[in-house]
Parts: sequence; C-alpha cells; structure tokens
Amino acid sequence: MNEPNHPAEPSYLANGTTLRSWLTTTDHKRIAILYAIGITFFFFLGGAAATVIRIELFTPKGDFVSADAYNRLFTLHGTVMVWFFLVPAIPTTLGNFLLPLMIGAKDVAFPRLNLLSWYIYLGGGLLTVAALLAGGVDTGWTFYTPFSTIYSNSAVLLAALGIFVVGFSSIATGVNFITTVHMLRTSGMHWMRLPLFVWAMYATSLVMVLATPVLAMSLLLVIAERAFGLPIFDSRSGGDPLLFQHLFWFYSHPAVYIMVLPAMGVVSEIIACEARRRVFGYQAMVYAMMVIAVIGFMVWGHHMFVSGQSPYASMVFSFLSFVVAVPSAIKVFNWTGTLYRGQIRFSAPMLYALGFLGLFTLGGITGLFLAAIPIDVHVTDTYFVIAHFHYIMVGGTVSAFFGGLHFWWPKITGRLYSETFARFAAVTMFFGFNFTFFPQFILGYLGMPRRYHAYPPEFQLWNVMSSSGAVVLAIAYLMPLGYLGWSLVWGARASGNPHDATGLEWRTASPPPTGNFAVAPTVTDEAYAYHEHGDTADHPEASPARVQGR
Amino acid sequence: MSAPALTPALSEPWPDARRQHQAMLFGLWIFLATEVLFFGGLFLFYFRARLVVVTGFEAAASASNPWLGTANTVVLLTSSLTMAMAERALRAGWRGFARRCLIATTALGLVFLVVKGFEYHGDIVDHLVPGPGFRFTAHGAVEFWCFYWAVTVVHAVHLTIGIGLVLRLLWLDRRRQLEPHWMAAELTAVYWHLVDVVWVVLYPLLYLVGRGG
Repeated sequence: MNEPNHPAEPSYLANGTTLRSWLTTTDHKRIAILYAIGITFFFFLGGAAATVIRIELFTPKGDFVSADAYNRLFTLHGTVMVWFFLVPAIPTTLGNFLLPLMIGAKDVAFPRLNLLSWYIYLGGGLLTVAALLAGGVDTGWTFYTPFSTIYSNSAVLLAALGIFVVGFSSIATGVNFITTVHMLRTSGMHWMRLPLFVWAMYATSLVMVLATPVLAMSLLLVIAERAFGLPIFDSRSGGDPLLFQHLFWFYSHPAVYIMVLPAMGVVSEIIACEARRRVFGYQAMVYAMMVIAVIGFMVWGHHMFVSGQSPYASMVFSFLSFVVAVPSAIKVFNWTGTLYRGQIRFSAPMLYALGFLGLFTLGGITGLFLAAIPIDVHVTDTYFVIAHFHYIMVGGTVSAFFGGLHFWWPKITGRLYSETFARFAAVTMFFGFNFTFFPQFILGYLGMPRRYHAYPPEFQLWNVMSSSGAVVLAIAYLMPLGYLGWSLVWGARASGNPHDATGLEWRTASPPPTGNFAVAPTVTDEAYAYHEHGDTADHPEASPARVQGR
Repeated sequence: MSAPALTPALSEPWPDARRQHQAMLFGLWIFLATEVLFFGGLFLFYFRARLVVVTGFEAAASASNPWLGTANTVVLLTSSLTMAMAERALRAGWRGFARRCLIATTALGLVFLVVKGFEYHGDIVDHLVPGPGFRFTAHGAVEFWCFYWAVTVVHAVHLTIGIGLVLRLLWLDRRRQLEPHWMAAELTAVYWHLVDVVWVVLYPLLYLVGRGG
C-alpha cells in the first residue's frame, strides 16, 4: 500500500532556475518556498524587536530605550509575529507544500490565486515595513480605540493598511484550501482517511475565511476614523470604543486557533510516524478540531472581562472558554495515547513534537485560569497573560513549525540534515523557552503589568531569568539556519521516504517533481497504517514498520 | 444545472470541465461568505448605534435623499437582470445578445455611480459630512452619517470592481474568447448579484429609517 510512485520528470526545484521562473510560478511547492522566505524574514524581524525588549527589561530602570521607543518595539514585535509569521507560517509553507501531495492532487484548486496571495502578503509586508520606517506604531498589536484613532501620533494608518491587505492573502489561502480539500482528493481518499494535517488545514481555512473579513472591516473603520475624520468609535459623538474591541477579538480570538490548529496537525503526523502507531482515536481528533474551530468563534469576550461588558455576557464567555478546552484536552490525551506502547524514535522532529505537547498543555491549562473571571481580573494585562499566550503560540506553534520543518525537510529539499545538531537545537529550544517564559507566570501573578519599559526592583530577579533564557532561545532559533543551510549544499541525498512514513507525500520522489505523482495515486487504506488493526506492541515482531525502521 | 456543451477553457489542475465548474462556483461562494462577514462588521456598528443613540440617529437619517436612493435601487436591480440574461444567453450560444446585455450592465453600473456622485454632491452641500460644520448636533446624529459614508464608499468600490470584471468579459468577447470563458461570466454574474443584494439590504437602512412618522 505504500509503494513508491516516482515519475521520471525532474524535481520542482530543477524546473526553471531563473528568478522569473520563481516569481511567476503557479506550482504550490515553489509558492511554499516563496512564502518561507518571507516568513523567515519577518520571524527574525519580530525576534529582533523581542531581543531589544528583553535587553531593556534586564534592569528595572528604563535605561536602554525610551518609553516611547519601547511602545513601538512591542507593537512591532506583536504585529509582525502575529500577522506576518504565526498566522501564515504553517498553512502557507508546510500547508501549501503538503496539502496537494497529501491528498494525491497535482496542485491546489486555484494555482494562480495561490501566487496572487503571496504577492498580497508581500504588499502587506511592505506597507508594514514602511510603517516601521516611518517611525513605527505605539498602539500595541491590538490597535485599541480611542488611542489608535484619536491620540496616537505614530504611523497607525500604514500599519493598519498593511494588516488589512495581508488579511486578503489569508482569505485567498483559505478559499483555496477549502476548495482543494473538497474537490481534489484522489480516488479512495475519503474524508475519514485524510491525514490529520489535512483536517487541520481544512479547519484552519474555515476559521480564516470567516474571521479575517471582520478584522478587515474593523481596521477599515479605524482607518476611516483616523484618515477621514468619521467619529465611528468616538464616544463624544455617540460612538462606542468597545465596539472596536468586540470586532477585533471576534477575529483575534479565532486567530489563536488559526495559529494553533495547523500546529496540532503537524504534531499528529510526527507523533504517529515516530511512535510507529496509528493515531489513537482518529475520528475524535477530527471532531475535536472542528469543534475547536466552531466554538473558537464564541469565546472572544474573555478578552474583555474588565472592559465593563455585561457580567452575564462575561459568565457565558467564561463558560464557553472552559468548553473549548475540552476538545483541546481530547487531543492531548489522544497524542499521549498514541505514544502508549509505541516504538518511539527520539528524532529531532519528535523532540519538537514532544516539546509542543508539554508546552501546549501548560499554555492550555493556564488558559483555564484566565477563563475564570476572578483570576482573570487579578492578572489582566500582566505578564501572566503574556506567558500564557507565548506558551501556546511560541511553545506550541513555533515548536510544531520547527518540528514540521525538520520532518518534511528531506521531502522539500531532497537533503538530510545533521540529526545531532537538530536534536541539540530542539532540546535547547525547549529549555530556552521555559527559562524565558516560566518566570513571566510568576511575574504576572506578583502583579507586573505588561507593556512597561521600567518596573519596581523587586521584579528584577525574574526578569533577569527571563532575559537570560531568551539568549538560549535565540541561539536555538539561529542554529537551524546553520545546519539546515549546510544540508542544502552538503547534506546527503534523501530517499523518497526517509522516515519510513505512511502518507501520499512520501510515495513520490524527494524533492517531488512539478506534477507531484507519475500517476494519480489510489488510496486503499486508512491514514497512519503503521501496523495492522489490532496489531499492537504486544507483538512488535509482527509489525513490518518496526523491521524497516532506521 | 448541467454544464453546456461549449468547450470551456480548462486550467490546471482540473481534468474536466464539470469538476472545474463545481470548484470555481464553490470557491466563489466561500468568498461571498467572507464578503457577508466583511459587511457584517459595518452592520453591527449600524445596529448598535441605532439601538443605543436612537433619537439623534434617526433624526439624522431623515436627511438622506430617498429619491436618488430609490432611483439607484431600480438601476442596480435592472443591471442584475441584464447580467443574468447575459450569462444565460452566453450558455445558449447567443453571443451577440450576450454582448449587448454586458454593455447594458456596464452602462447601468456607471449610471449608478454617476447618480451616487450627484447624491454625494448634494450631501456635501447640505453639510452632511461628519466634521466641522456638520448639520446636526444631537448625540448620535453623526453616527448615521459615518455609516452612510463608510458603507456607500465600500459598496461603490465593490461595484467598481464588478464593472471592471464585466469590462474584462467584453474584452474577451472582442478577442472571440468569451464563449470558452462562460465560467468566468457565471462567476462575474454571481459576484455582481452579491453587490446588488448588499444594496438591497442597504436601501432600507439608509433611506427608509426615520421616515415612518
């Protein structure tokens, strides 16, 4: 069932080497590479801002940058990381590359739209960089009114326009992916045989197309108020500043799931392969993702517990926020269940995936703290919140992104990286992350507010720990640039299926040819057929996968 | 509805016209769902203002120009009719009739924009632009006109894009490429109807509020 399907035509990388052939390509694999370049740039741009922030917070006094510069730095960090890295990171790189391969298609449904979405991303990115060059923005990534509309003297218009534009690239990707999954599955690829990564892309795309337009409109209204003087959110003339928060979080809470659902998909693939096990409770995993995508739309009010919204609304939002934790917990249990009696290989992707598991769980559990209104009131706008969402987005999504990058690196580039260096980087990232962000839970609980460049001296110990951890974390992020870059030139050639994994993407050559497959593949089995049904580790010798393992 | 016998212009990765047709329509409907949510944000603003600052809001609403608004509604509904006829005519193979319908659609779209321009002129003369010299002082009055300007400009942008898409169809027709692109004509028509439906919702919100006595 897993026989190779290698065509004779050259790989997608060899099909034209001019700049023009890349900039006009409609091949989903090349577009994934184009996106990867943009995303890497923005990741390190946002990371540079974070570095300056952590240097400033090393000492209690605001002695490294001014308060105003600090405001611009954390706004730059948040804006770039959320909209130009975390939201597009996995869907547009791994998703673009793998989605058609995993369902046995030649390409996504609308290849030209796919290319257009990259140019839109580029345009939005340029506007945001222009905002940075124009002096930056000081509103925070949340653009709360009336500060963003009336009082801020920074380049709000340019930045809001950049994010407005980049939203349409999300929408285009979402429309493309949904249509692709519906219309281009190869014969035998039933819905309940889809790899969980494909389900994750599908759920993410649904959230993207339903949430992003609301962000577009809320930013457009900010632009209308700021540029054209329409007092839409101005309470002096009957407007409502809170309306902006409702519109903004109606997008931005689901956006958390846009960031983390793809990570869940990546981790499911890695854990199943590296534990040599069928994913435990496949159907529950699918339903859990869809439930997260739906209920994720009904919890935005938990960002507004102290905004003065109705206490009854707060109670409902609190309850629903607890409810949305249930499917996430189901997923954590099922990943753990998949590991149970698996034949685990502690390869680099697996280390990243296991790191995700721990960090996501901690981020999720502290999310329950924040869903409880009394605790949220106590720690609102403190470092507790910062630590919580960094556990989800950095500990969760970024770990999974790096895991997926390593897992599919041989497929994407046709080269093998140094496993030793990669494992070292994965472990370094896990420890560096915890050193950076765990102290922030304590800081927040002790009452240190977010978004200040100076703080009382009694908080210094925890801040020094956090900043020191950030050094480790930065090293862990820079290391892959070295050994992955090295592998591009000197790495050993990868076979079509170096991990001995199931999944259609492993049946074709590494790197895949432009047309993906020689003949459209046929699927006759469920996903993750690492062992026969009922064949568990009680009889490991009966499992062919074990014999062929590395 | 079954695909016509015309040979369509296929694009990668589609093996046959039926699948491509299904996928293109499906993708467009998802896009239209995003449009509904896009306008949804503005409608939320409208309903909040109308519920919370109702007196000033409705008093200000009565200053809109229902005659031009009604005329434009007629123009736009007619343009949807000609657009629908163009698309159906193309499938039936009546190319000349389809072209005339597309020209009529473009013309009606332009008429809408011109009428809107006269209406904007009147609004400016009547001091209905939020800012210094705004005609009303009641609390909430300016919110109606914020909505008016924001939503009509966004709608006009959508209509302008629609006119561009119809002009593209006419350009394809000049190159005798329209018949293979009947799918593009259908998609353009569906988009055009959405812009029209949005206006049908806007019409009572903009021109009938505050006039019920």
